[in-house]
Amino acid sequence: MEVFWYIAIAIVLAVFFILDGYDFGAGIIHLFFAKKEKDKAVITKSAGLFWDSNEVWLVAAGGMLFMAFPTFYASVFSGFYLPLIIVLWLIIFRAIGLEFRSQFKYQMWKDIWDKSFGVSSLLLALFFGIALGNIVRGVNLGDVHHGVSAHEGHYFFLPLWNTSFSPLTDHPGVIDWFTIVIGIISVVTLAIHGANWVILKTNSSINNKLKGIIFKLNIVLTVLTLFSLYLWQIVNPNSLNNFVDKPFLLVFPIIYFIGLIGLFYRKKIKKDEYAFLYSTLLILGGITSSLASLFPVILPSVNPVNESLTIYNTAAPEYGLSVALNWGIIGFILLIVYFIVQKRLLSGKIDNMDYGH
Amino acid sequence: MEDMLFYDRLQFAFTITFHYIFPQLTMGLSLLIVFLKGKYLLSKIEKYNNAAKFLMNIFAINFTMGVVTGIPMEFQFGTNWAKFSELTGSVIGQTLAMEGMFSFFLESSFLALFIFGEKLMGQKLHFLTGFLVFLGSWASGWFILATNAWMQHPVGYEILENGKFVLNNFGDLFSNPWLLPAFLHNQMASVVTSSFVVASIGAFYVLRNKQVEYGKLFLKTGVIFGLVSSLLVAFPTGDWNAKNVAKHQPAAFAAMEGIFETEEAGSEIVLIGQPNMVDKKLDNKIAVPNILSFLTHQDWNKQIPGMDQFKEEELPSNIPALYYSYHIMVGLGTIFIGVMALALFFLIRKNLYTIKPLLWTIMFLVPFPYIANLTGWYTTELGRQPYLVYGLLKTSDGISPTVSSGNTLFTLLGFVALYMLLGLLFLVLVGKTINQGPTPQTH
Ligand code: HDD
Ligand code: HEM
Ligand code: HEM
Repeated sequence: MEVFWYIAIAIVLAVFFILDGYDFGAGIIHLFFAKKEKDKAVITKSAGLFWDSNEVWLVAAGGMLFMAFPTFYASVFSGFYLPLIIVLWLIIFRAIGLEFRSQFKYQMWKDIWDKSFGVSSLLLALFFGIALGNIVRGVNLGDVHHGVSAHEGHYFFLPLWNTSFSPLTDHPGVIDWFTIVIGIISVVTLAIHGANWVILKTNSSINNKLKGIIFKLNIVLTVLTLFSLYLWQIVNPNSLNNFVDKPFLLVFPIIYFIGLIGLFYRKKIKKDEYAFLYSTLLILGGITSSLASLFPVILPSVNPVNESLTIYNTAAPEYGLSVALNWGIIGFILLIVYFIVQKRLLSGKIDNMDYGH
Repeated sequence: MEDMLFYDRLQFAFTITFHYIFPQLTMGLSLLIVFLKGKYLLSKIEKYNNAAKFLMNIFAINFTMGVVTGIPMEFQFGTNWAKFSELTGSVIGQTLAMEGMFSFFLESSFLALFIFGEKLMGQKLHFLTGFLVFLGSWASGWFILATNAWMQHPVGYEILENGKFVLNNFGDLFSNPWLLPAFLHNQMASVVTSSFVVASIGAFYVLRNKQVEYGKLFLKTGVIFGLVSSLLVAFPTGDWNAKNVAKHQPAAFAAMEGIFETEEAGSEIVLIGQPNMVDKKLDNKIAVPNILSFLTHQDWNKQIPGMDQFKEEELPSNIPALYYSYHIMVGLGTIFIGVMALALFFLIRKNLYTIKPLLWTIMFLVPFPYIANLTGWYTTELGRQPYLVYGLLKTSDGISPTVSSGNTLFTLLGFVALYMLLGLLFLVLVGKTINQGPTPQTH
C-alpha cells in the first residue's frame, strides 16, 4: 500500500512538473526572448489559460502527501520552511502576473506584470531544482550536533545557506554548490520544455529562433547533466547503488537520455508534438531517476544518529491508505476525463482561438 | 515557545482570514451566475447573458485571489503546524486530499473553459461548464468543512500509544453530526455575501444613473436571493448550529452567549453587554428572559449551564473575543433580514428603484456580510481554543517544533506586505470592472 501511494504521488508530482513546467518554461522564454508586444501577449496567454489547472496537480500532490505520509509531510514542510514560503510568494507573483497583465492597456502596467511572471517563473524553476537537489543530497535529520539530536529524529530545520555553501559539511543549507547545479539544470530543462510549448501552441514570430535556442540549451544541459553526475558521486558515493542492485530501474535514466538525444534533432522534427514529447521525457526521466536512486528512502539522513525517512516509517496506517484507494481511483479517472476534455476543447494554436471574450 | 505559538497562530489567523474573503464570494457568485446563465438559456434575452458574463469578470478576479491565497493555507499545515499534521494527517489528510481531487480539479479545469469558451462551445455547453465550476466550489466547501468539523467534533478515529490519531471509520468523517449543519449554514452565508455584492452593484448603477437596465436586474436578483439566503442563514441553519454547539461544546456555548452564571430555570438571551472578566459578569447588559432556553431546547424553563459550571481549563481561552464575534454575526444577520425584507417590499410595490435612502443603504452594506462571515468563523475557531482537536489535542502541542519564532515573524511580515498589495490590486481591478459595466464592448 505504501508503495502504491508512493507511485501515485510520484506520478502526480511528475505530471505537475510536466504541465506546470511548460508554463514555467514559457515564463523563462518570455523573460529572455520575447521582445514584441504581440509575442509577449500570446506567450502569456499560452500559459495563462492553463496555469491554474496545472497548479492543482501541486495542490493534489500536497494533499495526498499529507494523507499518505503525514510524518514526511510534517518533517519536510517544517524543515524547508523558508524556501517553501518563498516558493509560495513566487507562485503568487507569477499567478497575478499572468492574470492581471491584460486588465489594463497601459504599457507600463503590462511591463510590470510581464517581469513579475518571467522572473518568478525563473526563480521557481531554480527553487524546484534546488529542492530536488536537497532531497537527493539528504539533510541533517534531528539537527544533530556532536552526536546529540536537538529534536525528534524526523524533524530538522535547514537555513537557506551556510557560509561555506558546501554540501559536505555536517549541516548543509538549502543552497550549496551541489543543489545550485541541480537548480540550473532544472531552469535549462524547463526553458527547453517551455520553448517547445510556445512553438507548439503559438504562431509567435520567434518560433524559428527558438528551435536554435533549444539546440544550444540542449548542449548546456548535456554538459551539466554529466557534471552533476560527477558531483553527485562526491556528495553521496552510494547514489547509484540502487541501479546496480536493481538494473530494471535503469529505464528511468534511459528515458531521460532518449529525451536529451531526441532534442538535438529539434530542427529536423516536423511535428511539434514530438518535440514536446521529448522534453516531457526529459522531465519525467529526471524526476523518476532521482526518486529511483533513493527508493525506498524519501529523505536521506546525513548523520549516523537518525535513520533516513522512508516510505515505510512515515506512512499513515494501513486502513487509511486502503480506503483512500477507493476514492483515489475514482478521482484519478475523473482527472483524466477533465484533462482530456479541457485539452481537446482548448487544442490548437492560441492565436487562432476565438474566445468571444 | 510562547511566542512561537503566538506567531504561528497570528500567521494562520491572518492568512485564513484573508483567504476566506474570496471563497465566500466564489461559492455564492457561481450560483448567481449559473442562475442568470440558465435564465438566458430559457428566455434567450441577451440581457441575462451579458449580466452573467459581467459577473464572471468579477468572479475571475476573485477566483485568482482565492487560489493564490489558498495554496499557502494548504502548505501551512505542514510548515507551521507540523506536529498537528503528523498526529492527525492520517485522518484529515483524507478530506484535504479529497478536496484537491474532487473539487479543485473540477473547478480549475472548467473555469478557463467557462471564461474563454463561450464561442468555442455553444451556449448549452457553456452553461454546463459554469455549472461544473459551481459544483466544484461547493464541493470544496464541503470537504474543507468536513476537515473543520472533525477538528471541532472528532469522530471515526482511535489514538495510538504514540499519540497519533488513526482513522478507523471513513464513513464517520462525512456523517459527522457537526458537518451538515455547518456546511448548509456556511453555504447560505456565502450566498448572502454574493447577493449583497450583486445588489450593491445594482444600487450603484441605479443611483449613478448609468447601466440602469442592468442595475435594476442586479438589484432585483440580489434582493430576492439576499432575502431568501438571509432567512435561511438564521433559520433553520443558524439555529441548528447553535443547538449543535450547545450539545457538543457546552462550555463554548456558554461563552458565546455570555452566560456567566447558571440560572435556576430558563436562561435569558443577551442582546448587548460587555464581558467583564474580572468580576465574571456582563456590564451594561440588555437581555430578554427565558428566550435562550426556548431557542435551544424548545422549553422555556430548561436550565443551560453557564460558565461557572466549567473548570477554568475547559473554557475557551479568549471569552470576550468569542462573545463579540458571535454577537456581531447574529446582530448583522438580523439587520440583513430587515433590510432585504424592506427592499423586497418596495420591489413588489415597484418603487424600490426610486427610494434613494434604501439604495444608498444597500450599496454601503456590502462589507458587512464579509464581516458576518469572518466573525462567524472566529466564533467557531475561538470556541475551539485552547484545543486544535476539540478536547484532545492542545493548540500549543501542534506547532512545528523546529521553526523558530524569528522565522515565523519574518514570513508573517512577508504575508502581510504581499496581501496588502493583493488587496489593493483586487479593489482596483474590481472597481474598474464595475465602472466599465456589463454593456457589451465592441472590439
Ligand atoms: C453572512 C454571514 C452569516 C450570518 C448572517 C450568520 N452567520 Fe452564523 N456563521 C457564519 C456566517 C453567518 C459562518 C462564517 O459561515 C460560520 C462559521 C463556520 C460555519 O460553518 O459557518 C457560522 C457559524 C455559526 C455557528 C457555529 C459557531 C461554532 O461553531 O462555534 C452558529 C451557532 C451560528 N453561526 C449561528 C448563527 C445565527 C443564530 C445567526 C442568526 C442570524 C447567524 N449565525 C448568522
Ligand atoms: C474549514 C477550514 C479551517 C480549518 C481546517 C482551520 C484550522 C485552523 C487551525 C489549524 C488553526 C491554528 C491553530 C489555532 O490557533 O487554533 C486555526 C486558527 C484560526 N482560524 Fe481556522 N480553520 C479553518 C477555517 C477558518 C476560517 C474560514 C477562518 C476565518 C475566516 C478561520 C479563523 C481562524 C482564526 C481567527 C484562528 C486563530 C484562532 C486563535 O489562534 O485563537 N478559520 N484554524
Ligand atoms: C485551512 C483551511 C483551508 C485550506 C487549507 C484551503 C486551501 C485552498 C487551496 C489550496 C485553494 C486553491 C485551489 C486551487 O488551486 O484551485 C483554495 C481555494 C478555495 N477555497 Fe480554500 N482553503 C481553506 C479554507 C477554506 C474555507 C473555509 C472555504 C469555504 C468554506 C474554502 C473554500 C475554497 C474555495 C471555494 C476555493 C476555490 C477558489 C476560490 O477561492 O475562489 N477554503 N483553498
